[in-house]
Amino acid sequence: MTGQEVVFLVLAVVGGLAGLLVVTSRNIVHAALYLVVALSSVAGVYLLLAAPFVAFVQVIIYVGAIVVLILFGIMLTRAPVGRRVLDNTLRARVGAFVVGLGMFTMLTWFMADAWSGERIAGQAVTTTAALGTSLFRNYVLPFEAVSVLLLAALIGAIVLARRD
Amino acid sequence: MPLLYPLVFAAFLFSAGVYGVLARRNAVMVLMSIELMLNAVNVNLVAFNAYLKDQLLSGQVFALFVVAVAAAEVGIGLAIVLLIFRNRETVNIDEVDLLRW
Repeated sequence: MTGQEVVFLVLAVVGGLAGLLVVTSRNIVHAALYLVVALSSVAGVYLLLAAPFVAFVQVIIYVGAIVVLILFGIMLTRAPVGRRVLDNTLRARVGAFVVGLGMFTMLTWFMADAWSGERIAGQAVTTTAALGTSLFRNYVLPFEAVSVLLLAALIGAIVLARRD
Repeated sequence: MPLLYPLVFAAFLFSAGVYGVLARRNAVMVLMSIELMLNAVNVNLVAFNAYLKDQLLSGQVFALFVVAVAAAEVGIGLAIVLLIFRNRETVNIDEVDLLRW
């Protein structure tokens, strides 16, 4: 087992546990902070997969912006605490657990069936220049579409949230 | 590194997100679970990009697009949640059933 695999397993265990705590924590602020841990470990996984630019974008946008936005949302909706207000009924939770476990089993089974012997090996680190070249040469039309989407979302959020 | 490692990690995060969307009743918690699911998809995209050694870097480019769409989604989602809270004094999604037949 290489050092890369050891680091990946540590990151995966930390990120998986944090992900579980996000969806089971009784305190909504704790859940948001566990989300920071889960998203940071995903950023570490990107670094291990030789994608440093995506990792930094993950840290800046997810950890820096989206979690702060969610914390503001929690604050503005008066941060309810406790299982009764945060979670669904026991019946719905059991159903959700069955669906989640079934989905994990199914996905793992199919992927182990399809790619069990394959290895990610010898990948060169993606430079930001190469990624930018690909983005602005091959994917410039989707890039423009995403920028228009962001503008529409910005205007929509302002229109929705402002007080008349 | 075996390709299965990131794939199973992503499957676990996605399933945790599915559980969260179905088991939570607070709208902000549902948004957080959706973020988990989008991250799982991104892990898959970057892992397959590294596995296939794609010359166009499609996996990483689309991971960036997914991040941008996630930012837009959470902005709009929180604006809607705030509007619901302002009008109905609650963010429990099972109490917002105006369109239910």
